[in-house]
Amino acid sequence: MLLAILPELLLLVLALLLFIVEPFWKGEHPRSGWVTFYGLLLIMIVSLIFGTPRASQEAFGGMIRFDWFAFLFKMLFLFGAALTALFFMDHPLLSKRGEAYLLLLAATLGMCLMASASDLVMLYLAIETTSIPLYVLAGFFLNEQDSTEAGFKYLFFGALTSAVMLYGLSLLFGLAGTTALAALGEKFASGQLSLQVAWGILALVTVGLAFKVSVAPFHFWAPDVYQGAPTAVTGFLSTASKAAGFAVLLRLFLMAFPSAQIPWPLLLAILAALTMTIGNLLALPQTNLKRLLAYSSIAHAGYILIGVVAATELGMTSVTFYLIVYLLTNLAAFGILMALGKVLGSDEVTAYNGLSRRSPWLALAMLVAFLSLAGMPPFGGFVAKVFVFAAGVEAGYIWLVFVGVLNSIVGLYYYLNVMKYVYLYRMPGEEEEKHPIQLSQATAWGLGVLILGVILLGTVFAPWFTFSSQAAQAMFLP
Amino acid sequence: MQFPFLSVIVFTPLVAALIILMLPARRKDLVRSVALAAATLDLILSAWVYLTYLLQGMDGYQFVEQYSWLPTLGISLHFGVDGMSTPLILLTGIVMFTGVLISWGEERNGVSAGIQDRPREFFAFLFILASGVFGVFASLDLFMLFFFYEIAVFPMYLLIVIWGWVVTREYAAMKLTLYLFVGSVISLVGALAMVWTAYQNTGVLSFDLLHLEQAGFSAEFQRLWFLPVFLGFAVLGGIWPFHNWSPDGHVAAPTAVSMFHAGVLMKLGAFAALRVGIMLMPQGAKEWSWLILGLATVNVVYGAFIAFVQTDFKYVIGFSSVSHMGLVMMGFATLSREGLLGAGLQMFSHGVMTALFFAVVGMVYDRAHTRHIPDLGGFAKVMPYPAIGFIIGGLVSMGMPGFSGFIAEFPIFMGVWKTQWLIAVIAAVSIVVTASYILIIVRRVFFGEASEVLLHHHVGDVTPLDKLAIVTLCAFMVGLGLFPGLMAPMVGRGVDYILHLLGGA
Repeated sequence: MLLAILPELLLLVLALLLFIVEPFWKGEHPRSGWVTFYGLLLIMIVSLIFGTPRASQEAFGGMIRFDWFAFLFKMLFLFGAALTALFFMDHPLLSKRGEAYLLLLAATLGMCLMASASDLVMLYLAIETTSIPLYVLAGFFLNEQDSTEAGFKYLFFGALTSAVMLYGLSLLFGLAGTTALAALGEKFASGQLSLQVAWGILALVTVGLAFKVSVAPFHFWAPDVYQGAPTAVTGFLSTASKAAGFAVLLRLFLMAFPSAQIPWPLLLAILAALTMTIGNLLALPQTNLKRLLAYSSIAHAGYILIGVVAATELGMTSVTFYLIVYLLTNLAAFGILMALGKVLGSDEVTAYNGLSRRSPWLALAMLVAFLSLAGMPPFGGFVAKVFVFAAGVEAGYIWLVFVGVLNSIVGLYYYLNVMKYVYLYRMPGEEEEKHPIQLSQATAWGLGVLILGVILLGTVFAPWFTFSSQAAQAMFLP
Repeated sequence: MQFPFLSVIVFTPLVAALIILMLPARRKDLVRSVALAAATLDLILSAWVYLTYLLQGMDGYQFVEQYSWLPTLGISLHFGVDGMSTPLILLTGIVMFTGVLISWGEERNGVSAGIQDRPREFFAFLFILASGVFGVFASLDLFMLFFFYEIAVFPMYLLIVIWGWVVTREYAAMKLTLYLFVGSVISLVGALAMVWTAYQNTGVLSFDLLHLEQAGFSAEFQRLWFLPVFLGFAVLGGIWPFHNWSPDGHVAAPTAVSMFHAGVLMKLGAFAALRVGIMLMPQGAKEWSWLILGLATVNVVYGAFIAFVQTDFKYVIGFSSVSHMGLVMMGFATLSREGLLGAGLQMFSHGVMTALFFAVVGMVYDRAHTRHIPDLGGFAKVMPYPAIGFIIGGLVSMGMPGFSGFIAEFPIFMGVWKTQWLIAVIAAVSIVVTASYILIIVRRVFFGEASEVLLHHHVGDVTPLDKLAIVTLCAFMVGLGLFPGLMAPMVGRGVDYILHLLGGA
């Protein structure tokens, strides 16, 4: 039974450990960062050895589902958090403050629970456990106006939408008399619950989840928050947090709302088309790279939704695969932005002029990350996009796939445009181009692992696809 | 288990690109040497594949390799070449080799030829592109075909935008990339639809082209999907009215990239349109062939006329490519033995010819710093090799007997005549126009009075490596013209297979 929450338990132990010893450490050395990083790695290894699910099973009275889907996502969150810890160490302010790591661990704990929750109560608790530390992290730089604004905006929007969702969930409980997702699904399928009511509830619940994964029209917070929050936090926010949101979304929609009775795929298809188009079109005029990536991450939520809309096993597989790719790629992109932002002192795209002459490897890493986001082989983004589109075509949503492919062209335009600054334009003082950019060891290793991962995902994709497909199958088992 | 020739050919440039990236940026000659070594290896291997195929009976798909890649979805790394694709593998080998030679260049008293700025990145990106091109020609798996196709597209942007002609590079690079990407993603949707329909029809989920050929797509399905798939790829083949990216792209690109671009990449589009469009949906091809024929005729005639009125040397060649690729598309559209045979030969012949043209234009421009035809003149005296090379290329381009252009264009016109004689008459106009603009260039640029530019800039001769490149390219054009038996039967076997799919038409 306890194996079902092994990563969560270990995370709690790590967090408490850090909480106790951190005040006794003094000096500049970012010791908490390394403890967090190695601790997370250790948790991953221990969970991989001892905590793999044998078969799908329920635990803690149906609060938790212990299956491959949950397990895969947990590993993903732990990996994302470990790399984020590496990036935290690069920042003078974040690395010295132990609270940052503590909040990171708390949020990760919440995400792990989000992936495995199979009960409305647990689900909501997990979402809040994730969100509250992230609100604080987004506003972590109290002396910077942008950061505090980001934190407050995130809190305000987050609280509002989660209240709406909670209202929906309470209606669901009131009508069905149960909070277990599987039982809700059965009641809808057998016609015990009126389907008109289901639409209302669906709308309320969608608001909350759409906020978490930044799907239009609930995406307004994302650009401001992404831009204002510390870059390393933004990376975590846009990847792990989004993946967790999708995990809940998949679980809730597939288990509680049978698509045969309630045609929610159509609703999500419209949102997907809207999200892709808005995200990509608004990314076009951006000159601030953090903001550009914020809009691009909105667009990516739209692509991922295509797989959700398909609501088939291949659809779920492609969503999971896409999220793996997206987590690695976007973490790499934000990691590079963070490392460069520190040196260049700006996130404006013009600050990146002449980067390839100054630091060819960093430029190449950025090229890989951006091309993967644009969906170019041999990087993960291409394979992920093809799978999502394949799922869409299989399910008969040809029009949605066309919207998707046309949008990816718009995406290609602005990603390539950034590369033009990196590779073509020169710095105003050409002398400066001769000073290479120094990376801290932690960041260099983190970026190296991520870039290698992006290339691996794009070339040797079979094992990752198999894991994703195993996770997806778990969703369709009783 | 034989030696995996095709995998080695496909992945050599990729490995070479990685090695080149590891080298220190300062050691430019080391970078170039590694690049040349890799290109030479690929040329030898592709020539070996070509000769082996030629001598071993030319039977179906040879050098087949298959490695299961993602069995769940039926994706495998499946390589193999037939009579259609073997010449194109050789073509890519030739263009890659000569492209590296041309890019070596020289840097002395005011002359800056070839690639002098960041050659490390240049060769790395160029080789990634080459890898993609080889991959498409060798792939027998639809997924991998797209995989390599996109790999061949994106480095183009960087190559043009970084090393291209300062005036138009940003505009042209983005235009080219977006055009090609639009085409390929639309084809991708069609390809996915094909795979799922084949799954419904046969119960086997597979991206394998040989499987999809037998999937029995309904007539209605083919009518619906043939055009998006064919035209999506044909964008890269430069079909009218989607040819617009191509002259701009050719002109803005650095010399070696123009060679690759016009010489190989446009064939990539034509080949994929044939392989995925016509060969998987023959029924659809028959229904829409009138449209393709019409568009291709516009290509041929319109391209030639536009080329005629250009004053920029490189634009002339750019539009002549549009015109000549129209002949390839025309050959496809006839769906007859002669037309397809001619199209297959034309792909090779035009690839070598246009690579030579762009190489010569590059050599002239690097030394004269202008491509404005009225400003040029008398170049044959200082650079005899490019001049002779250009004249040979010009004769090929006009379809003169004894050169490769003739054996390619003649069957195409025969095929078109059989299908629709009026079109053949209209298209034949282009031959006259082509002859006139080629002869005008030869007279103005290479002969005639020594121009201001020539005297003012102290234009010197080209480097020995440049000469080697010119000789190599010319040798193939003349050799094929004199001994068509070296290639025509091979392409003929490829055509047999296509006709078999078309139902013995």
